Amino acid sequence: MLKKLSLLLIVALIFLLANTAFAQDFKAGMVTDVGGLGDQSFNDAAYRGLKQAEEELGIKISVIESNTMTDYVPNLSSLAEQGYDMVWAVGFLMTDALEEVSQMYPDTKFGLIDSVVKQPNVVSVTFAENEGSFLAGVAAAMESKTGTVGFIGGMETTLIKKFEAGFRAGVKTVKPDMKILIGYTGVFDDPGAGKELSLTQFNQGADVIYHASGACGIGVIKAAEEKDLYAIGVDSPQYHLAPNNVLTSMVKRIDVAVLEEVKALYNGNFSTGVRIYNLQSDGVGLYMPQAKKMLSQETLDKVDMYKNQIINGKISVPETPKNL
Amino acid sequence: MLINNIISLLNTSLRMAAPLILAALGGVFSERSGVINIALEGIMLISAFMAMVGSYLTGNPWIGVLAAVFFGGLVAAVHAFVSIHLKANQVVSGTAINIFAAGVTSFMLRVMFESAGQSPSVTKVKDWTLPIINDIPILGDILGKHTPFVYISLILVVFSYWLLFKTPFGLRVRSVGEHPAAADSVGINVYKIRYIAVIMSGLFAGLAGASLSIGLLDLFVENMTSGRGFIALAAMIFGKWTPQGALLAALLFGFADALQMLAQTMGLSFIPRQFLLMAPYILTILALAGVIGSANPPAADGESYEKE
Repeated sequence: MLKKLSLLLIVALIFLLANTAFAQDFKAGMVTDVGGLGDQSFNDAAYRGLKQAEEELGIKISVIESNTMTDYVPNLSSLAEQGYDMVWAVGFLMTDALEEVSQMYPDTKFGLIDSVVKQPNVVSVTFAENEGSFLAGVAAAMESKTGTVGFIGGMETTLIKKFEAGFRAGVKTVKPDMKILIGYTGVFDDPGAGKELSLTQFNQGADVIYHASGACGIGVIKAAEEKDLYAIGVDSPQYHLAPNNVLTSMVKRIDVAVLEEVKALYNGNFSTGVRIYNLQSDGVGLYMPQAKKMLSQETLDKVDMYKNQIINGKISVPETPKNL
Repeated sequence: MLINNIISLLNTSLRMAAPLILAALGGVFSERSGVINIALEGIMLISAFMAMVGSYLTGNPWIGVLAAVFFGGLVAAVHAFVSIHLKANQVVSGTAINIFAAGVTSFMLRVMFESAGQSPSVTKVKDWTLPIINDIPILGDILGKHTPFVYISLILVVFSYWLLFKTPFGLRVRSVGEHPAAADSVGINVYKIRYIAVIMSGLFAGLAGASLSIGLLDLFVENMTSGRGFIALAAMIFGKWTPQGALLAALLFGFADALQMLAQTMGLSFIPRQFLLMAPYILTILALAGVIGSANPPAADGESYEKE
């Protein structure tokens, strides 16, 4: 009896081991850009996705943080060298590095966030930030009492311009005569500058400010708290910084994107190419729990209406603020 | 409207200038005694972190200020030991401290709060309202109500000027920075004076750090000094190594920043935004290039002293 039982146990154990060994065989890793983990933005979001993949699929994951831009190529190569099945390059700053590394390791699958590399082993994940920002613009315009709203960007790059374009289009669609103040801090890591720039905009009559400025945005939200006016956060739900002064946040579901792609590769239905996560696929949008608390029903209805119109293709949201 | 803009412009300038003034004063003391202190940036960062921690643990932001000043002095003491005692290259020591500061603060942030990037919100130092001045029109609007760091920085300029130019101690600081051997020959303890001056620079930079994390904001954010320590160094050079000069230079930098923000916000599009953002840095380069007349550092600045 004991013999049989132990035999059974051994068989079960071997089976179990084999099973975990298989799951453990699949390795997915990511390389952060210079923002690193803890940026409360896209690096953290990507990590959340990877973490969830670890829990759901039992795969092995790891993260390498980059201290400088020159770390990108060695960090990406190191994960590929260690036999990772999928390696994520997080952030548009890593585009050139991935272009190089993806050709050096044609057998490894790579994922890129916020930019495009056209190689046969790369899936490029981009987001329709302009569509989500459009809804932020609608919310800002509806909630503003002064007739002036503001936008604060970090570095003036194509990506941030996309946020600006969507926001401005959203505001102008709802209230064509609304005044929109535009400011750029020029950096992503100076909350002090973000705060002062916001105070300047508030002084000029703005009462809602939408930001796409990384850590500068912490200052934007703190300024809104000080003046008891409103801010709209970005990337991750940022309401915890000032629960009564953050209307909502324009969230990018980078975590969902990373999880979906890793799952696809794990399940064998993965394909490379360019993937656009937009309003339709819930890849971007307003953070609703906070929005429901802070926005009036009228505003929520308007946001919903425009969301449907964008999904139906009735409204096409510009990607650059050129003609606004 | 115009007068309102001017008031808000000067208000912003003062707030932006306060941390620069404090750190630049620190630089003045250190370099006047002959020790280059490019570690200001790192000291500010560590102090900003410790100020947040102090306020977080006790709920009293002034304890945070004390913690910031204490740790500012402590890090500066390390710089002093390496530069004065071990006679290492002062720029290398400063650079090492700056790199160390960035690493240790983000590490501690993760250890203490298990969330990297930013700390939880803590109690910040409350604004002060000046009694009589606040009631005077315009002047009251500009000077009447600010974070205490603004007033402290202005008071410390006067104090530093007095200390450096009107007291025997100040004379000693200046003499060991100009000609340590001569100072030594008349019985001044060069090492001791330099130690005191460098540690003082840490105290000042510590205040500057606290002004960012619990004055301007109410939390610590990774790398939140964002180059202010270096701008402060430029202000010190611009101000020709004097407290009053550093004050004017820091105010000018603060003003340039405030002006660029206002111009952007008002949509003055005839100047490209990139140029507006560059303004403070262009001023810095002009300062470093000696446009304001020859900027001569103390003769023994950066040289370690070997007692014969």
